[in-house]
Amino acid sequence: MLSQQLVNGLVLGSTYALFALGFTLIFGVLRVINLTYGFYFSIGAFVALTAARSFGANIWVALPLGAIAAGLVAVVADWILLTRLRRAKAGELSSLMVTLGAVLALYSLMAVFIGTDIQRFPFGFVDNSAIEFSGIRISLVQMLIIGTTLVLVALLFVLLQRTKLGLMIRALAENEDAARLMGINVGLTVAAVSFLSGMLGGAAGVLIGLNFNAIQPFMGEHMMLRGFAVIIIGGLGDIRGALIAGVLLGVLEVLTAGYISSNAKEAVAFTILVLTLWFRPVGLFGRAQAKRA
Amino acid sequence: MAEWLDDFLFTYENLVHALGVHGLLALSMYCVMAVGQLSLGQAAFMGIGAYTGALLTLNLGLPFWLVLPLSALAPALVALVIGGPTLRLSGVYLAISTIALGEVLRVLYINAEWLTGGALGLSGIPRKADLWLIYLLLLIGVVAFWAVGRSKIGRAMEAMREDEAVAGVMGVNLPRYKLGALIVSSMIAGLAGCLSSHSNSFIGPNEYGFEMAVTILSFALLGGIGTPVAPVIGAIILTALPEVLRPLQDFRLVFNGLIIVIAVLFLPRGVIPFRLRRAP
Repeated sequence: MLSQQLVNGLVLGSTYALFALGFTLIFGVLRVINLTYGFYFSIGAFVALTAARSFGANIWVALPLGAIAAGLVAVVADWILLTRLRRAKAGELSSLMVTLGAVLALYSLMAVFIGTDIQRFPFGFVDNSAIEFSGIRISLVQMLIIGTTLVLVALLFVLLQRTKLGLMIRALAENEDAARLMGINVGLTVAAVSFLSGMLGGAAGVLIGLNFNAIQPFMGEHMMLRGFAVIIIGGLGDIRGALIAGVLLGVLEVLTAGYISSNAKEAVAFTILVLTLWFRPVGLFGRAQAKRA
Repeated sequence: MAEWLDDFLFTYENLVHALGVHGLLALSMYCVMAVGQLSLGQAAFMGIGAYTGALLTLNLGLPFWLVLPLSALAPALVALVIGGPTLRLSGVYLAISTIALGEVLRVLYINAEWLTGGALGLSGIPRKADLWLIYLLLLIGVVAFWAVGRSKIGRAMEAMREDEAVAGVMGVNLPRYKLGALIVSSMIAGLAGCLSSHSNSFIGPNEYGFEMAVTILSFALLGGIGTPVAPVIGAIILTALPEVLRPLQDFRLVFNGLIIVIAVLFLPRGVIPFRLRRAP
């Protein structure tokens, strides 16, 4: 019983981690709480759904399609909304407000055209079978979710630590002006970061859409509660922290649902968020002082 | 009362109530933004006030003059729990935790069926909030903010909004002002919620979520936060416009969202860019 729940928690947690990864990447590099991020999640799921319906794409085609579409949306959204503010060196709150307004407009547009009914992947889109060993049941979908998360996280780490683009991104995260003086093309790097985080959000959207098989425009908004909790618990901008906090949150939620009540599960994310703010605002692994006002 | 006014009020009763309630919400948003903070929990605070008020009236049958202040008190306690830690940190922490508050409350209202009626919400709330009460409270709010804005406190608030570090150095007690502003704003939002639940006779869990939070912010940004009247006018424009321009109805939320984008990018002082005249 406990080991089964740990497995379920791990699956849920890895989707949270994947979702929060892109969110925290944007903050870590671009210093923006970009609330349009939830929309990338929704659009990723919808593109995959449309691909599956219209030309019968399987998951190996639909997943990258959804991710790339979300990445492109992210680049355009960032360019339209944030270029001007970045140039003016406006504060964090201005960019937060712009993306907040934009994301409501985007969700609502999507709802006007697609409707808010819950939609599902076609029957047989993925293999629903499960394997069992020593009493633990793992479905193929769950294995797919964990596997994809691991691969994407590994790729992200290689990209950030071992490539030239990664070096540019890390330089930008350190100091924009210094990066520009070193000859780094800041505009291009910003677009790359947006694309990467959009892809992560979109991929998370497809996988969670698959896990619960329920897709609708505002799903990204409902997911944001977990996103906020994870990036604050992990420490704003801390990629490793977000990964661990995401998995931790997933496991805690499943255990709460199993041993206390399924209603209490919904309050877990928020409770830990507030506790973190009271007792450890720098996040799990933060060493630096949280930025004091 | 003139007959045409009677007819008008009868036809547009809901709209006239909504204008007043939204005016109060815009004031509550103004109150936080006036100290340079961003709270996205005004809708959540409103919801707490609405549910508290409705439950006190329906279950305990308390008189309205007692229900109203209690509905302002409940969100203030929540604001204290969230504001306590976050206001010592940079502004994004308050914004994030208040927006998360709205999301978690929505889910809790849906799940706590025994208390809140779940997804169906609560209905049959007696309509005790009459028009004059709503507008009286709105008037008191505007006048009070006007008076405070012209006082020493108002000067401190404006200094914080322009440059927090400088204001701190000049001796403004930053944490006290920020927490005070958040608590007052949550109380106004709670009042607005209680008034709206006692004028609509129905409340549901989805009315106080993300969309409402963004809409309240759009009131303040459209009006601008130079004077307390400006956000109220912003609220009136954005509430009345979809009624006047029917085709806008479907795109109401799209419109509210775009207002914020345009206001932040191009009109940082809102459509009413005047500022309070200082008392000599």
